[in-house]
Amino acid sequence: MSDFIKIINVSEESYDTKSFEFRWDEKASPGQFIMAWVPGMEEIPMSLSRTNRIKSITVKAIGPDTRRLHELGIGDSIRIRGPYGKGFDIRKDRKTLIVGGGVGTAAVMPAIKETGADTIIGARASNDVIMDDIASKYVKNLWISTDDGSRGFHGNAVQLMKEKASSGEYDVVMACGPEIMLYHLHRACVDMGLDCQLSLERHMKCGAGVCGCCVMDDQRVCRDGPVFTRDQISAMKDFGVSKRDECGRIVRLG
Amino acid sequence: MTIDTCVGSLKLERPGIVASGIMDETGASIARMLSSGAGAAVTKSIGLQPNPGHRNPTFTEVKGGFVNAMGLPNPGIDLFKEEMGAAIAGGKVVGSIYGATASEFVTLAGKMEEYGATAVELNLSCPHAKGYGAEIGVDAALVKKIVSAVKSSVSIPVWAKLTPNTHMLKEVALAVQDAGGDAIVAINTLKAMVISPEFGKPFLSNKFGGLSGPAVRSVGVRAVYDIRAAVDVPIVGVGGISDWRDAAQYIMAGASAFQIGSAIATKGVKVFDSINKDLEDFMRDFGYSTIKDMVGVAHE
Ligand SMILES: Cc1cc2nc3c(=O)[nH]c(=O)nc-3n(C[C@H](O)[C@H](O)[C@H](O)COP(=O)(O)OP(=O)(O)OC[C@H]3O[C@@H](n4cnc5c(N)ncnc54)[C@H](O)[C@@H]3O)c2cc1C
Ligand SMILES: Cc1cc2nc3c(=O)[nH]c(=O)nc-3n(C[C@H](O)[C@H](O)[C@H](O)COP(=O)(O)O)c2cc1C
Ligand code: FES
Repeated sequence: MSDFIKIINVSEESYDTKSFEFRWDEKASPGQFIMAWVPGMEEIPMSLSRTNRIKSITVKAIGPDTRRLHELGIGDSIRIRGPYGKGFDIRKDRKTLIVGGGVGTAAVMPAIKETGADTIIGARASNDVIMDDIASKYVKNLWISTDDGSRGFHGNAVQLMKEKASSGEYDVVMACGPEIMLYHLHRACVDMGLDCQLSLERHMKCGAGVCGCCVMDDQRVCRDGPVFTRDQISAMKDFGVSKRDECGRIVRLG
Repeated sequence: MTIDTCVGSLKLERPGIVASGIMDETGASIARMLSSGAGAAVTKSIGLQPNPGHRNPTFTEVKGGFVNAMGLPNPGIDLFKEEMGAAIAGGKVVGSIYGATASEFVTLAGKMEEYGATAVELNLSCPHAKGYGAEIGVDAALVKKIVSAVKSSVSIPVWAKLTPNTHMLKEVALAVQDAGGDAIVAINTLKAMVISPEFGKPFLSNKFGGLSGPAVRSVGVRAVYDIRAAVDVPIVGVGGISDWRDAAQYIMAGASAFQIGSAIATKGVKVFDSINKDLEDFMRDFGYSTIKDMVGVAHE
């Protein structure tokens, strides 16, 4: 469904990341995303960082369209469509460890709230850590990792995940973050015999499973994902290796 | 009783075909569609050069369907060779192509034949790509020239996909027949626009797009009926099909096979399997032993 929403609150999560809250009655589940547009930008995919009646998106300004969204304030409208995609499969009987890397933390935030599960938030440096204040309200164990060691564990989120999961107490890891992080996280889970659900990203146009531009192997990230299981990912040749550009040409990941 | 069918000389084990532009830009996704009950799949329309298509927004849901202006994104015919290799491993693949001139269509069709396409589908009907598609498909003389040129250059069947955005449908269909076209595919999307009232602006970056889905079905059925009345060329019906009743309407209007696009998204890839089964049940109940027995019955 497409809709117009009005921004009711804006919060600064860090120097380059803002959350925009709005009321939207559409039902959404943790891990789903929307397509967002205002005049003067390309329409882009954004995960829902809140999935109750009050919903939000959390935008890291990295280019022209995300910067355009950052210009918006309370009372401004956004045309959105969705919610799209298959989110996390949350089951109470499975002990879960959640990992958010960078702005990917926004996509796991609804799962953090719903499960109250142990959580790792990873970032480059202490000023890149986002939403730890919100997460800490819902979870007992919240661990932070930074690549430069300026806060919490010195190292990346996957190293910290391996350490925390080595006890064998977790049944499943749920994560969203840069593909390179997810690639290593997936390998670690396979090695440790641990299940995982990872939220992936590809260039999106329709967002609704129609155009086929977001495929990884034969799976549409927008519709069959964005959250895929460990075994689905194991079967993907594209994961961590290549993506398709807007023409559908194969591009190797750097 | 069987649901196999023929489009001219081309035999299909199942009458449903994946329409061009839906889940068919890559070899792996075409193979996936073929394994889910489709009799064949048409590729995304491919041109000579890589094309990124229009900028987002390119797509939106509307009441009764979708409006899209993807703008024919594709990797170009040379790179598409590899995708075709993976696709035809899964079954019959019809290569859709678009060009601005007859000689471009000829080059593209030759490549598709070389890559192993079962047939070529000439996209003479995209409503939102300048200089291509519908701007060609409303000109009967140009259609005749393109179809003749392609016919004399390849030996696989040549299908012409027509636009409903014209009052000259009959003339264009006759042009395809005169040129020796092996089938007419109808319809492509209806030219459309979506405006965002809150912003006072068209939503799509291209302003215009094409309407597909249930909203266009009755237009498509009428178009197929008109074409059947005008020509003897086999017809493939497309537009708004999502269940067996929709498919049966097209067949009874004159189509020998049908294509499904939008419903692959709304109903999922299993839409082909369920239509195949329900169509069989209908045929058994109503005494049709073959699809052929149903083709065009609404004209009698
Ligand atoms: C399912 C999904 C959920 C996402 N959730 C979030 C989120 O919650 N918060 C957030 O800040 N970002 C999120 N993103 C990424 C976000 O869509 C991109 O950062 C944004 O499109 C960049 O646009 P730009 O014009 O600012 O930058 P550009 O300079 O245009 O692009 C920078 C990079 O962003 C990516 N990108 C650009 N356009 C698209 C597109 N149409 N589809 C996918 N990726 C694109 C490309 O990798 C590109 O290289 C998500 C992406 C996907 C696929
Ligand atoms: C997203 C999208 C992309 C399309 N791309 C093409 C294309 O590349 N070539 C073409 O001939 N038709 C294209 N079409 C038109 C479809 O093949 C079909 O004719 C039309 O959508 C009507 O069928 P439907 O209602 O089952 O979708 C596209 C349709 C959609 C929705
Ligand atoms: S973005 Fe169109 S199918 Fe995923």
